[in-house]
Amino acid sequence: MIRVAVVGLGKMGISHLSIARALPGVELAAICDSSGIMLDVLAKYTGLKTYTSLERMLADEPLDAVIVATPTRLHAPMVRAALEAGVAVFCEKPFCLGTDEGEELVALAAEKDLVTQVGYHNRFVGVFAEVKRLLDAGAIGDVTHSLAEAYGPVVLKPQGGTWRSRKSEGGGCLYDYAAHPLNLMNWYLGEPESVGGTVLNSVFSREIDDEVSSTLVYPGNVTTQVSVNWCDESVRKMTTRITLWGTKGRIFADRQELQAYFREDAPELAGYRPGWNVKYTTELTEPVSFYLRGEEYTAQLEHFAQRVADHQVAGTNDFASAVVTDRLIEQMRVDADQPDARVSVEGTPRTPAATHTRKPGLLARLRRH
Amino acid sequence: MERLLLGDNQFFGVNHMSEEKARQQQMQFQDDEAIIAVLEAAYAEGIHSFMCTTHDRMGAIADHFRAHRDEFPEFTVLPGMPYAHKYANAVTTDGMVGAIQKFLPDGGLLDAAVRGTRSMARKEIEGVLTLLVDAEMKMFAGLPTPVVWLQNVVTDLLLGMGFNGAFEVFARHVREKYDAEPGFITMNLPLAVERLNAVGIENPLICSNINKIGFRMSGGIDAYRRLLDENRFRAVAMSVYASGAIPPEEAIEWVCAQPHIEAIVFGASSARNIASTRQLVDRYWPTQAAGADSSGRQTP
Repeated sequence: MIRVAVVGLGKMGISHLSIARALPGVELAAICDSSGIMLDVLAKYTGLKTYTSLERMLADEPLDAVIVATPTRLHAPMVRAALEAGVAVFCEKPFCLGTDEGEELVALAAEKDLVTQVGYHNRFVGVFAEVKRLLDAGAIGDVTHSLAEAYGPVVLKPQGGTWRSRKSEGGGCLYDYAAHPLNLMNWYLGEPESVGGTVLNSVFSREIDDEVSSTLVYPGNVTTQVSVNWCDESVRKMTTRITLWGTKGRIFADRQELQAYFREDAPELAGYRPGWNVKYTTELTEPVSFYLRGEEYTAQLEHFAQRVADHQVAGTNDFASAVVTDRLIEQMRVDADQPDARVSVEGTPRTPAATHTRKPGLLARLRRH
Repeated sequence: MERLLLGDNQFFGVNHMSEEKARQQQMQFQDDEAIIAVLEAAYAEGIHSFMCTTHDRMGAIADHFRAHRDEFPEFTVLPGMPYAHKYANAVTTDGMVGAIQKFLPDGGLLDAAVRGTRSMARKEIEGVLTLLVDAEMKMFAGLPTPVVWLQNVVTDLLLGMGFNGAFEVFARHVREKYDAEPGFITMNLPLAVERLNAVGIENPLICSNINKIGFRMSGGIDAYRRLLDENRFRAVAMSVYASGAIPPEEAIEWVCAQPHIEAIVFGASSARNIASTRQLVDRYWPTQAAGADSSGRQTP
């Protein structure tokens, strides 16, 4: 039995709390949040021990692990405090706002020999994990090009109120949404050599980006086109889609469905044939001990709990793998801040520098009315 | 309760197998008339019970059947609450407490507690929970609602957290105010049976996935079958086709062979789908007392 605490009781924190408390082998020892009302209600009804200070909780509770689900800007200091107290850490994504901080935490965890994990749950989605297996088996030969997409209905009108609408706190479509497909691409193809053509566009938000487009370039001119938009009302909830083209076939995947086309010269794989193959989540998903919102959320915590119990420092989504995604996000921001580096098309006036803080132009404002 | 209940996932693009299929369904049902046409086709097949979420669009559907009560006198709604996306999106933009305030009729209720000037008494917390239920129920006023369901995302969230008191508050309020049977939708049947029994809800009405391949039957298919054998809860089966992974006939034959299942919830997008499910159920789930079946089915 491992003793675990949850820090931060927002949407993800509450979800982690529920799943972790239901997991066999986990004792949910305490919860910590700055909001008195959440703690008050949960203390009355769940009997959980509550804290408003992480330091206090780490000092008073003998813990094996903490789950950190606070706003992104608080990840680094809280994770550091936990690691220094000798406690394993599961941290929500994205990991840190700066790569330097992230790398320091990787080093600290290594020095303390502690298990770490970041909540990139898509790596625990059956279909996306199957894509990884197929790529590793060379199912579509050498990948030459790919498309990483995510769309969803998050910001549908001008607004702002929580940390998610503040750039300085890790809000924005790039950090909060695009991080998911980017992390999958890091898993599938590794770390790109360069990024280019990044545009972070505001659609409705005042301060943050709502739309991300970019090109990632890997060795050998292998590319990923990134297309992410969280102002898309046409989809019911977030949809993440990956398409990969290779010398021996093509793979399309979303969280529910895998469509793979293999040429005659593709390697033989059990359960697949040349031509089209379609597999669904019902076939590719392993059952979990407790279900809430999707198997992947439980699967990632089961993986973490097992690693903590067995003291397996290496594992899926460790801090080092999440820093790779943080670094990619950081470089995309650098790229987006250099609109002058773009090649202008002769005879066409340059569009104003697109940045995540750009106000809509007069024409755009008129059009919306 | 009728033995076949029409569900509503297909109307709102909820498809657990294919995002493409989900999109096609959203297109097919973007006008309320298209939903109403399917409900009327189900009614004509003797399926009068509609198990639906408290999606905003349900207001217009309810209006239609209220206005045409004489044509559809047995039309019955089994609402499931809340429509979670409504709250989840609000949490993203307004924070956890802000979201709850947004859906409360009296926004001032939580103010003092939010400001941290004082903590809330149990009675007040329970008041908030029941007000949220009332807000969701408003659109069904005037229609029979013999069962009020708690949606699985909430049931399971509460189950995991150990927030067992909320089940009891929900059950009591639904019984007292709506004279209805409280129902619980869950993906974790074994845990739900244990906890609901523990808070004194005897023989609880529970809707869960029950299908031949064990899809989303957390706790394992063996535990589900054991619980059905023991008959300690009133079982409603959903996802019997496992999102299309099991051929219809095989799926229905299997589920109808399980003991103590009171009803099956199914999704259908056309009169033809409804009729074919209906025929399969008639074949594999013969009525025990011919003609006296509460579902109103005709004896073949």
